[in-house]
Amino acid sequence: MNECLVTIQEYALRSLGIGERMLPRGDFTLCQQITLIGSGLLWNLYFAAFALLIGFFLANALALAKTSRNPWLRKPAEWFIFVFRGSPLFIQFFIAYEALVQLPRTGIPLLGLTLPTDWMTKAWAGALLVLVLNTAAYSAEIFYGALRNLPKGELEAADAYGLSGWTRYRRIMWPTAMRLAWPAYTNEAIFLFHATTLVFFSGFPALRQQGDALYYASYFADKTFNPFVAYPIVAGFFILLTLLLITLFGVVNRRLNRHLPGATSKVRYRPNLLR
Amino acid sequence: MFASCADPKTLEGLAWLLCYLSSGKHLLFYLSFGTVILLLLITAPIALLFGFGGALAVRSRITPLRWFGKIYTSMVRGIPDIIFFLFVPIALDQGFEWLRAKVYCDPSVPIRQGNEFVVCPAAKLPLSTAPEWVHQGYGIFLAVVAFAIVFGAFAANVLNGAMNAVPRAQLETAEAYGMSPRQVNRRILIPQMWTYALPGLTNLWMILVKATPLLFILGVEDIVYWARELGGSKTNAYAYPHPDWRLYYFLAILVFYLLMTWGSERIFDRIRARLSHGQATAAGEAMRKAAT
Amino acid sequence: MKKILLAVAALALTAGMGMAETVRIGTEGAYPPYNFVNDKGQLDGFEIELGNELCKRAALECTWVKNDWDSIIPNLVSSNYDAIMAGMNISDERKKAIAFSEEYTPPPLSAYAALTPDADIKGAVAAQTSTIQAGYVAETGASLVEFPTGEETIAAVRNGEAEAVFADRDFLAPYVQESNGQLVWVKGQEKVVVGEGIAIGLRKSDTELKAKFDKAIESMKADGSLNKLITKWYGPEALVF
Repeated sequence: MNECLVTIQEYALRSLGIGERMLPRGDFTLCQQITLIGSGLLWNLYFAAFALLIGFFLANALALAKTSRNPWLRKPAEWFIFVFRGSPLFIQFFIAYEALVQLPRTGIPLLGLTLPTDWMTKAWAGALLVLVLNTAAYSAEIFYGALRNLPKGELEAADAYGLSGWTRYRRIMWPTAMRLAWPAYTNEAIFLFHATTLVFFSGFPALRQQGDALYYASYFADKTFNPFVAYPIVAGFFILLTLLLITLFGVVNRRLNRHLPGATSKVRYRPNLLR
Repeated sequence: MFASCADPKTLEGLAWLLCYLSSGKHLLFYLSFGTVILLLLITAPIALLFGFGGALAVRSRITPLRWFGKIYTSMVRGIPDIIFFLFVPIALDQGFEWLRAKVYCDPSVPIRQGNEFVVCPAAKLPLSTAPEWVHQGYGIFLAVVAFAIVFGAFAANVLNGAMNAVPRAQLETAEAYGMSPRQVNRRILIPQMWTYALPGLTNLWMILVKATPLLFILGVEDIVYWARELGGSKTNAYAYPHPDWRLYYFLAILVFYLLMTWGSERIFDRIRARLSHGQATAAGEAMRKAAT
Repeated sequence: MKKILLAVAALALTAGMGMAETVRIGTEGAYPPYNFVNDKGQLDGFEIELGNELCKRAALECTWVKNDWDSIIPNLVSSNYDAIMAGMNISDERKKAIAFSEEYTPPPLSAYAALTPDADIKGAVAAQTSTIQAGYVAETGASLVEFPTGEETIAAVRNGEAEAVFADRDFLAPYVQESNGQLVWVKGQEKVVVGEGIAIGLRKSDTELKAKFDKAIESMKADGSLNKLITKWYGPEALVF
């Protein structure tokens, strides 16, 4: 047990470059595997959290652009959503990496300043960018569907109260759209969280042996020749965190629906497959 | 392929490109697009079958079966599909060989020797004397099963939801006519559920299409494999040396997938219209109104 | 990552040898000139030619299996093929997992290549995952940047992702020579000895096959045909026995 505490001390933050520099070489203990894979999971959490956060705002803008009557706004939004929803994330990762490394390494001169570009090919930025754009496209489609399905009565009521333009959107349309979209959006969040495992295969290289959960899992699987330990550990971590995610989104859902009768009771999560 | 391509190092410009794009390796690349479509067409019905089994298990009156169904259908919600893909084919392969070793091998020789997994030659799957296409086919078979297990669980969720969505009154009517539960299932529930299942299944097909590049991770030589292989920079050890062209190959694959998803959507729109005919849904109602 | 396979060459055996044992050899197929897929879509390279000759001498019927580098040892121990010929150096860490035949190249030289001869080899250095070179780089204290294939490590240096690449010299040499001066050897680091020699990787339990391959390699060393083959693929400067 004490040995395991030492391992945790050495490796719990290994994926961030804190702690022991060399990875374990032989005689892998279960404790080492759980600690290092858990350490790699920090990256999966980082990718999921930031992609969802940034993607959420981008998705709202895109959904609004897609409902716009102005073709200059609508067409680009439609194309963006089509390209990112119509192609595999895996391929998007490859293309993004190959495209980002073509940027001039010395930086792009802009208005006398030089924009540095080399950080774009690092996984923390490049892979995050792809995940943001990807989830933005899927979420935008969900929000767009919700905006189109707003009850007519609510819009008429808003008109009757003299609300218009931005105020009408912010006070009436947006909250209702979120309420309608939330179950599907929960689903998208789970998909995205699971999709962070793809970063390992994405072409973005692992730097200083600091990788995500799958990086360490495959390290152990390759070294111990036994995939029946490392991968189930990853699976276990993901089940726990998915349950946590569902709980968090359930709290938000209850808040969104708090004015409706019966919403205070526990919301039963119904998985649906809208991606 | 062409006679003029015999000595590619002397060629230039368009002639070089033409020869390059028709090299044996490129033909394998083009062929792999067919492989991907073929695997999709094989996997989809098998996954649907798994899904059907899963949905029926969830609704079963036998408790252990119901529990099995529930675990099966909910596992895909918690575990990323990729973990299954890294795990299931190896587990299946070793499971099969272990079973065969029980039958064909000398039981005194252990199968696990240290870190090695060794079965006697007679139990190998496929036998090492088998022709290469058998080995290749076996690898693809494992990949298809892994896909079918994962997407079957998704499909089970969809089908179970659709079965719950069939209006109760329709089933009660059938019962009133004196049909047994099995007859109700076969004659009413299953035919009627399709219209409710279609949106979910459409989505599932799209997810499946977009999951096919993962075949590459399973080791199938699909379009991603060849794109990486062909796109990488080539030295003079190769007949057609060139710099890193991976971006162009991946863009070609992107276009292929966009066409696949776009085409699928068109086809599903047609099926949806067909299935909505005469249904007690908004779409069915709209069709009735349009007809009168 | 499973046995996935491109059969490329079944050895042409004479009619009387139909009883020969079938041996499946795993290779990466992405490490020119050791082993690679040529433009006809067939496996080619030093090790393919060598392996076919060894099998002929040992009276084995050999087929080639292509497998990703990172899972090449796991798939050997789980018996998806029987031998590895993929530019794999003998190392203590690997010896714990698998057995090696007698080496078929002298201890090969590794080298750092970069865009400038004074590149910082303690900075970001690219290497292929699970190679002895990757282990070496991690121990020098440099920032190791790992890629699944050798070709990607070179691309990483070209586009500035890594400052230098560390790999087998024979693998890097054609890329350096053909780059028109873009890639150069890092000064003082063009000949680093890391490995103990490249050999056939085998399961530890497979002592019979090891004996057969050892004998065949010895006979090729004795009659000089191995040296001839090395010179053919790596040029006249290559180390020979």
